[in-house]
Order: sequence, then C-alpha cells, then structure tokens
Amino acid sequence: MTQLILRRLATSVLILLAVSLLVFIATLLLPGDPAQAILGQQATPERLAALREQMHLNDPVWQRYLSWLGGLAVGNFGMSAASGGAVTALLGERIGASLVLLLAAAVISIPLGLLLGSYSALRKGRAGDHITTGASLVLAALPEFVIGISLITVFSTTIFPILPSVTMAPPGEAVWNYPSQLVLPTFTLVLMVTPYIARMMRATMLEVLDSGYVEMARLKGVPEGQVILRHALPHALSPVAQVIAIQLAWMAGGVVVVEFLFRYPGIGQALVDAVANRDVQVVQTLSILIAAVYIVVNLLADVVGILTNPKLRTGGAR
Amino acid sequence: MSVIDAPRLVEPEAKVRKGTFHRFIRQRQAKIGIALTAAVVLLALLGPLLLPWATGYTSTEFAGRPFKPEGLLGTDNLGRDVLTRFLDGGLRLLLFAGLATLLGMVIGGLCGMVAAYRGGWVDSAIMRTNDILLALPQLVFALLAITVLGPQPWVLVAVIGITHAPRIARVTRAATLAVVTEDFIRASEMYAVPKWKIVVQDVLPNITGPLMVELGLRMTYSIGALASLSFLGLGMQPPTADWGLMINENRIALAVQPWGVILPVLAIAVLTVGTNLITDSLARASASLNVGESK
Amino acid sequence: MSTSVVEPPTTTKPVLSAQDLRISTTSGQEILHGVSFTLQPGKILALVGESGSGKTTAGLACLGHFRQGLKHTGGEIHLAGTGNTGSILDLPEQERRKLRGGSISYVPQDPALSLNPAMPIGRQIAEVLQVQHYGRSEEERSARVAEVLAEVGLNNSPAYQRRYPHQLSGGQQQRVGIAMAFACRPSVLVLDEPTTGLDVTTQALVLQTIAELTERHGVAGLYITHDLAVVAKIADEVVVMLSGEVVEKGPAAEVLYQPQHDYTRKLLSAVPDLAGKRQVGRVAVITGEHPVVGRESTAAAAARQQLSTPPTTDGGKLLEVTGLKLSYGKTQVLDGIDFSLAKGESMMLLGESGSGKTTLSRCIAGLNDDYKGTVRLNGEELRPGTRARTPEQRQQVQYVFQSPFSSLNPRRTICESVEVPLQMSGTLNRKQRRIRVREALDQVRLGESYLDRRPGDLSGGQRQRVAIARALVNAPQLLVCDEITSALDVSVQASIIDLLRTLQAETGMSMLFVTHNICLARHISQRMAVLQQGRIVDLGSTDEVLQRPRHEYTRELLANVPTL
Repeated sequence: MTQLILRRLATSVLILLAVSLLVFIATLLLPGDPAQAILGQQATPERLAALREQMHLNDPVWQRYLSWLGGLAVGNFGMSAASGGAVTALLGERIGASLVLLLAAAVISIPLGLLLGSYSALRKGRAGDHITTGASLVLAALPEFVIGISLITVFSTTIFPILPSVTMAPPGEAVWNYPSQLVLPTFTLVLMVTPYIARMMRATMLEVLDSGYVEMARLKGVPEGQVILRHALPHALSPVAQVIAIQLAWMAGGVVVVEFLFRYPGIGQALVDAVANRDVQVVQTLSILIAAVYIVVNLLADVVGILTNPKLRTGGAR
Repeated sequence: MSVIDAPRLVEPEAKVRKGTFHRFIRQRQAKIGIALTAAVVLLALLGPLLLPWATGYTSTEFAGRPFKPEGLLGTDNLGRDVLTRFLDGGLRLLLFAGLATLLGMVIGGLCGMVAAYRGGWVDSAIMRTNDILLALPQLVFALLAITVLGPQPWVLVAVIGITHAPRIARVTRAATLAVVTEDFIRASEMYAVPKWKIVVQDVLPNITGPLMVELGLRMTYSIGALASLSFLGLGMQPPTADWGLMINENRIALAVQPWGVILPVLAIAVLTVGTNLITDSLARASASLNVGESK
Repeated sequence: MSTSVVEPPTTTKPVLSAQDLRISTTSGQEILHGVSFTLQPGKILALVGESGSGKTTAGLACLGHFRQGLKHTGGEIHLAGTGNTGSILDLPEQERRKLRGGSISYVPQDPALSLNPAMPIGRQIAEVLQVQHYGRSEEERSARVAEVLAEVGLNNSPAYQRRYPHQLSGGQQQRVGIAMAFACRPSVLVLDEPTTGLDVTTQALVLQTIAELTERHGVAGLYITHDLAVVAKIADEVVVMLSGEVVEKGPAAEVLYQPQHDYTRKLLSAVPDLAGKRQVGRVAVITGEHPVVGRESTAAAAARQQLSTPPTTDGGKLLEVTGLKLSYGKTQVLDGIDFSLAKGESMMLLGESGSGKTTLSRCIAGLNDDYKGTVRLNGEELRPGTRARTPEQRQQVQYVFQSPFSSLNPRRTICESVEVPLQMSGTLNRKQRRIRVREALDQVRLGESYLDRRPGDLSGGQRQRVAIARALVNAPQLLVCDEITSALDVSVQASIIDLLRTLQAETGMSMLFVTHNICLARHISQRMAVLQQGRIVDLGSTDEVLQRPRHEYTRELLANVPTL
C-alpha cells in the first residue's frame, strides 16, 4: 500500500514539473522583452542591460527554466512587470484571503452536497428527490457570474438589500474581519460546487444501493439504517472523493470570476489584473500555484480511494 | 460458468436505434430544454433583424423611454440602446461556443478512441498528456493563453476547445474501453478488418450515447466559459455587442439601470439551463450513469 | 397444466408453505402466476427452471423480499415456528426483517458480489448474529462465528476471520455465504444457485456441506437451480417452473425418472450425461472407439473415409500443436501443449476456469499472438496472430466466441455481421455475399427473415447460431468453439450441440470443442484432452479417457461430476 501511495506521489511531482514546463514555454512565446516591459519605453539601455542581467535573461533557456523552478521551490517568484515589485509581496496577503474564501466554501458545500445527494438517492422518485435533482441540474448549468449577479440583485440591490455587494476591507486589514462581506462570495461558490457533489453522491449511492452486497445485507435482516451506514456509504466514498477533489480544484479556477465580481482582494482578482496588464511573472506564478492545489487535492482523493479499498490496502494477495 | 439471464441482458441493447431518441424526447425535461434552448438560439439568430431602425440609437436619457420603439429599455452608461445591443450580442457567443465545442469533440473524441483501442504506449502517452493539461483549470489555462496571445476570437475558440479535449478524451476513452473488451471487436480483428474500419464500424456506433451527452455538456460549459471571459473583460473586446461584456460594462449601474445586466444574464441562464436539461435527458435516455457529474 | 401436478405426500408439518403466490412488475405484467410449494424440515426442495422462469423471484418472496420493480399481488407464505399465524407477506417490513437471517436465511448466487468487499468475513457473519440478538454476549457470538466457520469446513482462526472476501477463493467465499446463512440456526434456508460458477470439485464439496448441515439441524432447504444433475444429487422433492408457473412437482425420484409433463421431459432429455445413455438431440451419441461422425452426406464422404480408419497416420493430421507455451509475467498460462487433430475429427478440450483452455484456443485461432511453439495447419506453420496469416489460413480456421451477447455488434444487422469474413476474403460482390450469408443462415437453421434484423431482437440461442453462421460462411476446415454453450440454457445447449454435430457431418470439417462440462464429452467428441494448469494431463479417445483415466485430476473430475 505504501508503495502504491509513493508511486502516486511520484506521478504527482512529475505532473507538476510538466505543468511548470508548459507554463514556462508558454511565456517564452510572448512577444517583447520582459525587462523592457518592467522599465517602460523610457528606460536607458544601461538600466535595461542591468535588469536583463539581474533577471538572467541572457542565460540559455534551460538555465532560466531551472533557476525559475528553483525560485518557485523557495518561494521566490520573480518580479512583477506591472508593479515592478516582487511577486511574493504582491500575492502574499491575497493567497491568504483566497484560501479563506475557498475553505469556507468547501466546509459548507462538501457536507451539504453529500447530505443532499444521499437524501435524494434514498428518496429516489419521490418529490424530495425531484426537487433536489431539478435544482442541482439548473444550478450546475449556470456560469458562476450568473449565480453571483443573481445573488447581488436579490440580496444587495433590489429585494432584500441586506448584504454588501463588494468587498471593501481597508488595505492592510484582513478580509475575515468583515464577515458580512464574505457571505455572498462564499455563497456563490457553494451554489456552484454543491450541485456537482450532490449529483455524484446520488448516482454513486444509487449504484451501491443496487449492489449484491446491499441486497444481501437486507436479506440478512440488517436494519435499513445500518445497511446504509455500514454497507452502502463506505463504498460510495471513494468515487465521490474524486469528484470532490475535481470540484475543489475547479473552485480554485472559478474563484477568479467570483473574486472579480465581488472585488474580493484575492489571487483571482490579481490574476485578472495581471492578464489585462500582460504581467507574465504573476500569471506564471498563479498558474503554477493553482495547478499545485489541483494536484495535491487529487492526490488526497486517490489516497482516500486506496485507503477505503481493502483490495488495494492489503495488496490483493489470496 | 453462469447462465446469462437472457431478458435482462438483452434489454439494454435491444432496439437501441429507435429507442434512444424516443426515450429522450418522451421526457418532459427534454422538451423544456429544447424549448428554452430554441428560444435563445432564435433570439440570437433573429435578434439583429428585429429592431434595425434602433441600431445606432443613442440617447443621454439613462433610464429608458417606455412605450417608444427607440430606447424601450433605456441606454447604457455610454448612451447606447440596451435592447438593440442585447439583440445583437448573442450570435457571436453561440457561434464561438459551437466552434469551440466542435473542436474539443474532434480532438478529444479521436484521442480517447485511439488511446482505448490502441492501448499500450499510445494510451499512456495520450493519458499522461491529458493529466498534465487537466492540472490547469479551464479558466486559468484560458487566461494564460490570453496573456500570451491576446484576446482574439480565434484564441478564445482554440483555447476553450483545447481545454475541453482532455476531459472529452477521458469520457470517450472510458466508453471505448467498455466496447473494446466486447468480443465483436475481437471477431473483427480475427477477420483482419482494417483498424480504422473497426473504429468506424464497430466502436463509434456503440459510443454515440456518451458522445452525445458529452457534446451537450461541453456546449453548456463553452457558453459559460466564453461568457465568463467576456465578463472578465478578457474575451470579446469593446465595442462589440456581447452578452458577457454587456454584464461587465453595465453592472456598476445595476441599481439605476438593471436591464443592461438582467437581460444578458437571463439569456445566458436560460440558454445554459436549456442545454443542460437536454444533456441530462440524453444521459438518461442512453442510460449511462455518472455522465455530467464532473467538470 | 394442473393435470400433471402431483401433490407430494405430506409426512410432517411443513415449515414453510407458499400458496398461490402471484407477483407482478410495477407496470402490471404478471411474473408469477400462482405458485405453490411446501418445505419440510430436514428436506431439500429444488425449484427448477430455465432463465426467466421466475424461480429466483419466488425464492426471494419466501424472505418477504421483492426486487425493485416487482410487487406482490396475491397469495400467502406461511412460516411455522415464528409466532405469526398469518402470511409473512402481510407483515410490515420491520417484522419481515426480523425473520430474515434468523428464521429464514438466504445463500446468494454469486458470493463475489454478495459479500461486502470492505468488511472482514468474520465481522460479516457476526453482524447477522448481532442484528438477530443471537446469544447473550459478544463472547458467545464470536464463539458461534468460529463454530459455524468450522461447520462449513473453513479455517476459523481469528486471522482467517480478519480476511476480506477478495482474499478467498470462489469456493471459500460461497462457504462463508453458507456459514452466514446457518449462523443463527434458521429453520428455512433459501439457496439461489449457490454452486453456479464453481468448478466441479468445489461444487461437490459445497453440495455436501449443504446436505449435511440441513440434515443435521433439520433445516428445510429451498434450492433454486437450473441444473438437473445437481437436483438429482441433492433434492428430496422437485418443483419444475416454466415462465412463472409450476408445471410439475413431486418427489425427486418421480419427477426426474418418470416425468409427467412435456416440458420436464424436454428439459431432462436435453441434459447431457456422461455415460451417453441419452441423446441430447437427434444425432447419436459417441460411445464406441472412433465412431463415424456423419451418416449419409456427400460432403462428408471424404471425411468419412478418413475417419473409418483411426487417424494414426500423419497424412490425416489437419492441426498439429507442438510445444505451445505462453506466460503473462510470472504466471505460466500454457506450459508446453502438444496435440494434433485429424481431418473430420472432433476433439474436446476440457478444463476448469484458469486451466488455460480459452488462451489455448485463442492461440490456435490467431487471436492471441504472444505464444511460443508452433501451430501447423495441413503441415504448414501458422504465424501467430490472424493479421500475420494468409487470407486462406484465416479462412480455414474459424473461431466461435463464448458469449453470443458479446460477439455480435448490436448496431449491425445479422447480414452485415455474417458477411464480414466474405468481405475480407474479398472476391464476392455485395449481392453474392448476401446469397452466401443466406445459405449460411440456412445451414444453422435460421431463415432469411433474419438477414436484416439486429442481435437485440434475437434470443441467446439464435445469436449463437448467427455466430456459428459467421464462422461457417467461408467453409472452414477447422472450427474452434470456445465454451459456446456455457451462456445458454440447457435446452438451447442441446440444440446447439445437435446443430454442430449435424454441420460437421454435412461439411466434414474438424472441430475443437472447448468446454468445462465433462458431461458433453460423448455428445460432441471422438477424442478428448484434459487441460490442467496449462498442461494436457490426459489425452485419448473419449471412451479411453472416460473409462480409464490416466491422471489423478481426471479421476477426481469424474468422481465429483453430478449425474442424473
């Protein structure tokens, strides 16, 4: 089992390396000179040359890749072309702010999705199931900004103007000091992700409830509650963990739109600004960070899969 | 050796050809989905022809002039007529979303089928490439491409199509794998039928169900992704009339002039809900579980 | 139908009685049309029927359980000794649940699917005891788990109890299932085809366990099966079902040896027997030394001449396999196979699951190209893999797959599927091919009305005939049949065997018949080879192998195979 997990870990590291290569190569395609972009058109040739030297732009490509990679490993993400400052300084607080948002949404949506999915699987074909599946079908279709704007329309402008539509924490102060400003962005993310978890949970539960061992448990006289908790649920966990992982990672992408919409001072907002300003270093860094989140979360889901499957856990020997 | 309970195993495959479409169209949600989608598609197609006299109408009256054909729903912050821009703004979104979906289906479908059918190193190579591409969320990938190449329409179509491809390839591969283990594929192999012919005759007709579902799903996501990019100001560029862009431009004035936001939001919502209802009905009709569960 | 029903003589008070049981689908179609039977303590009643007869539905109804989409519409089931005087089907679900596992228990068909894969087997058995409040303490219950595991002949050490189902063999899994059913000392046991999927030796062991335990503890057994030979071995009474109706019932000896109803007779006549006393079809069984395959057919004349003298000369050899080896990683699947097949001869390749018989037949047919060693056809070496072989060679060796549900593309018409070999050998145009396909369909006794239908409209037997037609359309010299009757009901199997023998007589082709069912030997083959763990352990004429088996394995098989 340990070997299996180690192998999975190695694959993750390789994928992350490949992604970094992909991102690095993409930025090489960018026309223009990064040093020029940072210093602007008025820069003197001497200063340009100095900055080029400082940014190692004269080194061969593979050396630049390696030193960039080394920088990533120690948290040195390079210089921002737009602001001229270090990327680390620019993103530091924002990463924390985004994580708060993501965690809040995950903590609410995962149990909610699991509960709703199980509920509608157990009530298959009844009114409760129809309402849950119908609602999740509609919500799953909507792009995140449509959900967000609908929420703003309802809760901050027209019907119940009770919540702020934009985040306006004074600079330097942490976002979580203003909980009411967190409500709408979190709620948007929850509405985005929960339907997928619920739908997957429902499908998996239905499949498991239809299995031979669940029928056998019932024919053994096991009470229905125990059938579900002991015989059905454990088997539904692994496939659902995969979907939760994909959803969490996807949330890391979707958070861009949500932060932009609510002017939330997180990495998403920073990414949109950086793209608009063609600030390569920032885009590079954020892409890698988000990919890393995806890879780690997926790794965790696979480990859950390995741990809940006795065939993999015990090595499968007869 | 187990005795196969004939009626149960025969049933799912029986009468697939007529059955699937029949089962699809019989569902109420399929009918609703088609109606919703058709309404928005018609609006986008015919919209530009509806109010030709109002095109180019500008006014400084912000709030709108009820009961007059010009400026029925008011103007935006630049004084442009909201209704005309709304009617003009859907066609491009639909067209680009369709192209991106098609691109993704062709690349992803082919890769998935080839990976599953050929197996071995071809399979590994394709699937590992997939893993790498999947590590970047669709939107982040698109933003990276836009940073490098700029927000031109072809970039948007290409990047959304390409980011769909690995996801489609996964589904296609899984569907193909289920077919490839069937003995009729081995029978064709045994008679030395050319491989491309096996793919066309034996594999493709047996995975149309999941492929159709995937087509619907990716269409929904293409619309969402394109609209999101425009909404971020990184998709269609002003002064193009586009629903996503309209929302971005008008949301500051949401309280004073809600129509500029509400109309495009409604249209996108109705469209994506419609396509998703169609997709879900298709999935139910082809009775394959788990489709549409992951992004 | 009721004329032939013979009421069994009631000696003791029945433990369970089902009266006029009716079950329909939720859409209103009736599945069981009034089924009645009674179970006596210590006796086993066999519920016999082919697929779709409703036997499992009836069995599950005894536990008050109906699968999704089915509902109870009439009739009663009485279970003695539970304090309930009324029908258990009238009880609320909670009360029914209390009976399950305690008074009446169930042994499922496929233990691999029915045991919880994520729970150790000891805990799965203990769970029944727990929910039924068996014993007073945890110690008493765990003692019972150990006891019942020993009763079914399994290791009962704590380490063994901590194993997961996937760490056991199929036979062990099934015995865990039986242990679970016996754990609470039920008065009734419903067994749903518990030995299907087990090999002959394991089946014998499991049957013996069931017989011993039911007798020792006075448990009434309801044994659901399609296998009449198993019925003969284990049942005291028999109920024969046909599409939701009981057509005959009575003591096992009477029903099996003096059947009254036409269907029972038909069913019995279709069962192949080892001794070859019965014919499963119209074609005579093979009992003598190298008997002639066909009777009067011009096509077979040449083959007949060959066959009238035993095929000892090398000139008569059609297929020659020498030193065939194949391994996947470290597992040696085939370990040096040598045998030959004469022209017009039919040979049985007998082996249990995992013996490598399918792999061997696929190597010969060219579906597997990983092997070492040589396969010669008419003295000419065949290259591994069909794509490497010449079109003539591909045409001469044909292969029929095990499952007709998988071997035909559901999206193509019968004609499109059958004409593939013709298309690939490529001299005929579309019209000629269609004519040739029609002839092949005629050969397998399917009319031209089948040409444009799709597999979904056909029954399993019809599909298998189509698959055979596809193999015949190019007039092969060697037909390799891989377990082609194992997915079919016994009456369909009989008709397919009959068809193969007739075809062989008509065309004079050679046949390699791969199977796990030794009972078919005299009905299909002149010679047979017994395969065990990738080696041929016994090889000779059918008579020789069956009468004087040389290898211990063959002797064990012959001793354990249930016969009528």
